[in-house]
Amino acid sequence: MSDLINASLRELSTALAAKKVSAAELAALFLDRIDRLNPGLNAFIALDRDKTLAQAKAADAALAAGSGGPLTGIPLAHKDIFCTKGWRTSCGSRMLENFIAPYDACVVEKLNAAGMVTLGKLNMDEFAMGSSNETSYFGPVKNPWDPTRVPGGSSGGSAATIAARLAPAATGTDTGGSIRQPAALCGLTGLKPTYGVVSRYGMIAFASSLDQAGPMAKSAEDCALLLNTMAGFDTRDSTSLERAAEDYARDLEKPLQGLRIGLPTEFFGDGMDADVRAAVETALAEYRKLGATTVEVTLPNSGLSVPAYYVIAPAEASSNLSRFDGVRYGYRAPDYGDLNDMYSKSRAQGFGAEVKRRILIGTYVLSHGYYDAYYLKAQKIRRLIAADFQKAFESCDVIMGPTSPSVAFAFGTKSADPVQMYLSDIYTISTNLAGLPGMSLPCGFGANHMPVGLQIIGSWFGEAKMLQAAHQYQKATDWHTQMPGGMQ
Amino acid sequence: MNWEVVIGLETHAQLQTKSKIFSGSSIAFGAEPNVQANAIDIALPGVLPVLNREAVVCAIKFGLAVGASIAPRSVFARKNYFYPDLPKGYQISQFEIPVVQGGGLAIRVGEQEKFVHLTRAHLEEDAGKSLHEDFHGKSGIDLNRAGTPLLEIVTEPDMRSSLEAVAYARALHALVQWIGICDGNMQEGSFRCDANVSVRPLGQKEFGTRREIKNLNSFRFMQQAIDYEVQWQINEITEGRAIRQATVLFDPDTGETRAMRSKEDAHDYRYFPDPDLLPLEIGADWIAEVNAGLPELPQVMQARFQAEYELSAYDAAILTASRAMADYYVAAVAIAGAANGKAVANWIMGELAARLNRNDMEVAASPISAAQLAGLIQRIADHTISNNIAKIVFEALWNGEGGGQANAADEIIEKQGLKQITDTGAIEKIIDEVLATNQKSVDEFRAGKEKAFNALVGQAMKATRGKANPQQVNDLLKKKLGG
Repeated sequence: MSDLINASLRELSTALAAKKVSAAELAALFLDRIDRLNPGLNAFIALDRDKTLAQAKAADAALAAGSGGPLTGIPLAHKDIFCTKGWRTSCGSRMLENFIAPYDACVVEKLNAAGMVTLGKLNMDEFAMGSSNETSYFGPVKNPWDPTRVPGGSSGGSAATIAARLAPAATGTDTGGSIRQPAALCGLTGLKPTYGVVSRYGMIAFASSLDQAGPMAKSAEDCALLLNTMAGFDTRDSTSLERAAEDYARDLEKPLQGLRIGLPTEFFGDGMDADVRAAVETALAEYRKLGATTVEVTLPNSGLSVPAYYVIAPAEASSNLSRFDGVRYGYRAPDYGDLNDMYSKSRAQGFGAEVKRRILIGTYVLSHGYYDAYYLKAQKIRRLIAADFQKAFESCDVIMGPTSPSVAFAFGTKSADPVQMYLSDIYTISTNLAGLPGMSLPCGFGANHMPVGLQIIGSWFGEAKMLQAAHQYQKATDWHTQMPGGMQ
Repeated sequence: MNWEVVIGLETHAQLQTKSKIFSGSSIAFGAEPNVQANAIDIALPGVLPVLNREAVVCAIKFGLAVGASIAPRSVFARKNYFYPDLPKGYQISQFEIPVVQGGGLAIRVGEQEKFVHLTRAHLEEDAGKSLHEDFHGKSGIDLNRAGTPLLEIVTEPDMRSSLEAVAYARALHALVQWIGICDGNMQEGSFRCDANVSVRPLGQKEFGTRREIKNLNSFRFMQQAIDYEVQWQINEITEGRAIRQATVLFDPDTGETRAMRSKEDAHDYRYFPDPDLLPLEIGADWIAEVNAGLPELPQVMQARFQAEYELSAYDAAILTASRAMADYYVAAVAIAGAANGKAVANWIMGELAARLNRNDMEVAASPISAAQLAGLIQRIADHTISNNIAKIVFEALWNGEGGGQANAADEIIEKQGLKQITDTGAIEKIIDEVLATNQKSVDEFRAGKEKAFNALVGQAMKATRGKANPQQVNDLLKKKLGG
C-alpha cells in the first residue's frame, strides 16, 4: 500500500484504469489513514465516510463505463474555505461552525465533475488569516515533520495532509502566500495561479483582489494536472479571465536549456536564515547544471510589499467579513439586548483575535480622513510593485528565491507578535499584489531536518513555464519524494 | 424678511430589468417574502456579484435622454454599513465616478419654463425590507428587494419652490417611463424622491443649512412636506435657532416633518472600489447602439408637434407630458390625418381630459380609444355631424356604445340617426315651416331686432333635432328673409 500513498496522480490514474485498485478502495485506504493519523495532526475538520465512499463508487461506475477522465477516482481534500455542498464549511471559524454550504464552489464543482473523490475538509487559519494555522477555531494543525512546529498557513491543513500522505492532493488558497508558505514548511509542491485564472466563486473571500485558489500536491506534475481541471473562465466571477483553455502540463518534459532565472537582489539579503539560503543556493546550482542561467534582477519596491499588503488585505477583509453579522446564518450570540448589541456580541464571540485585528485595521484604513493616506497610497505601491516585476521579466523567464525566510517554527514563537508573523510572508506577498503566479517546491532540508521551499515566480500566465522549471528539477532531485517519519 | 427656498432632489428610480443588478433573481413586485432571494442576494459565503448588462443599458438611455455625458469608465464602490436588510454589510453603488454625469431637464410651472441641472446619475442596488410589525417584538426581513437595480438621479440645488420641485419630479417621472427604464409606480416604491431643502434671505449668496426629507412617495406629499419644512425652517431662524443638518421624515397624517437622525451620528460609509467588479467600460459603439433603440424624446416630439400640427408650445408640452398621452395623440392623428392635428389636440385636452379628470383616470385607461376618438373627429371634419352633435356621440362612446370597434362613432351616428342634414331642399322645407309658424319673430326681425334671427335659427335646429347643418340654416334663412 505504501506505493499507493506515495504514488503520483498519473500513477494512481493508471492503477485505477488497470483495475489494480478501485476508487472505493483508494478512498478507504486514505480514510483509514486519516482515522489513524489525523488525531495527532488535526488537519481534517470535517469527515463524512459515507459521502466519500458514495462519491468513490460513482467514480468506479464511471471508470467501468469508460466515461472517466485522468483524475476520476483519485481522492483529494478541500481547504475549508471552499463551499462544499452538504459539507460543513467553517473557514476555520466559530462564526461558521455550523454552516452547511448549500452549493459547491466553482473549483469543487470542476474537481467533482472530473470524478475526484472528496475525503473531507481541511483545517486552516481562521478566514485564511495567518501563517501558522494557529488562528483556527478548531485548534492548530501539527507539522508532520515535527509536531511541535507549525505547518505554515493559512492552507496548513492542506499541506500537513499531503505531507502525511493522508491525501494525494488538496486544494488551497493563496492571498499572501497561503499555498506557497505551508507547501515550503511541509515539504511539498503548491501553486498559486495568475489572478483570474481560477474562479473565486464559492471560495469564502478574505481579500478579493488578492485571493486565488490553487493546487497542492507532492509534485509539479500533479499540480499541473490539477490546475488543468481547476482553471477556466467562470461567468459567476467577474474577475475571472476569459482565455482559451491551456494544457499546463504541455511543457513539463522540455529541457531547461537556455532558461533565464532572475534572482532579485532584495530576496537574497539579510532576511533569510542561513539554512534556507544554503538549500536555495544548492537548488540554483542544480538549475545551472540543468542548463539554466541566472541573472540578477531588482525589485526596488518589494520592501514596501508587506506594509502595502497589510493595508489592502485588511481593508477588503473588513468589508468582506461584514456579512457575518448573525442575522441570516452563522454564529449569533445567545444573549443580547438591541440590534447593535446583537451585532457586536455575535462578532466579538464568533471571530478570533487575528480576524478582529484585521477587521479593525481594515476599518481604520478605509475611514474618512485616512483613506488617502493608507488605502490609496497602498494601491499606488501595488502598481509600482507590478511595474518592478514587469521590468524584471524583460531579462528573465522566471524568478527564483526562498519561499519563506525560515523553516517551520515552533508553536507560539511568533503568535505573540503579529508583525513577526506577517514577515513570514515577506517573499510571497509581492506576487499577490502584482497578480503573478508563484509556486513553492521542496529543495532540501534545513535545521532540525525541516523542509526548505524554493519559490518560483512566473510572469503573468507563466504557469506552464514555472511548472516546467519545477518538474525538470524534480526529475533531477528527490526532495519532493521525501516523507516525514512516523507517517507510515 | 423675504426668503428664498433652495431645493435639490435625489430620486431613486427602480430599473425595469428582468433580474437583479448583480444576480439572476427576478425583481417582480409582490412575491411572497424571500422567494426572490438567491444565494447572492442573501450574501452566502463565497458568492460574487455579476453586473446585469440591462441595468447599464437603462443608465445609458437615461444619460442620452437628459443630454448628459456617459462615463467611458465608471467604478462600482462598496458603501459599508450594518443593517439587517443589507445582507452583505455593504451596498454596491457608484461613488467617485458615476456612469451618468451632468445633463438636465426642462420643467414648466404654469407658463414659466426652467432648466434643472443634474449633477449625476449612478447605478446601485436596493436593500431589502425590514418589517417591524407582526413579529411580536422582533423584526422580519424580506430580501426580495435586495439587489433590485436602481438609478439614483441627483440634481443641482436649482429649484426655488415646492412647485418647481414637483414639476421637476413629474417631468423626471414622465421621462423615465417615456424611455422605458422605470415603471414609475410610486405606491410600489419604483420611484422615490428625497428632497434637500434649505432657506436663505433673498439676495444672500451662501446656501442655508439643508435638511433632507426622505422617501417622498407621492407628488402631493412632496409639495406638502416641502411647504411645511420651508415654513418650519423660516420659523426656526426667525426665532433665533440655527438649522442643524439632519435627515427628516414626512408624516402624511400630521403633515409635519420630523428629524430621524442628526449629522452627528452620521455613518462613515468607508467607500472603496469593489474588488469583485471590474470598472464599467462603455464604448462609443455601445452608446450608439442604445441611442438607435431610444424612442423619440419628449422635447423633440414637442417641437415636431408644433411644426407639423401647428400646436402652441403649451399644447405640445401637455401632449408630450407623458408617454401614454403622446402615444394616444400620435395614434389618433395617424387615423384622423395631419390636417386634423389641431382638432385632435383640442378634443384630447378638452372633452377627454375633463372626463378623465372627473373620473380620476389616466389616459392609458381611457374607455375611448385613440382610434374611436379619431373616428369621431373625422365625422366632424367631413361635416357628417356638427360639433354639438359630436358631444352627444362622445358621451355615447364614453359609455361604451357603438360596438367598441374603431368605427364606433359611425355606428352611433347611424343608430341614433345623428347624421347632419345637408340637403338644401330638405332644409328649405323646414325653414318655410318655421317662417310660417313664427310670424312674430319674422316681424320683429324685419323691425330690426337681430335677436329674432337667432330665435328662428334655434327653431329650425330644434325642428331637425340639431341635425341640420347650422351654416346652411343660417344662409338659407338670411336669403329667405332678405328676399
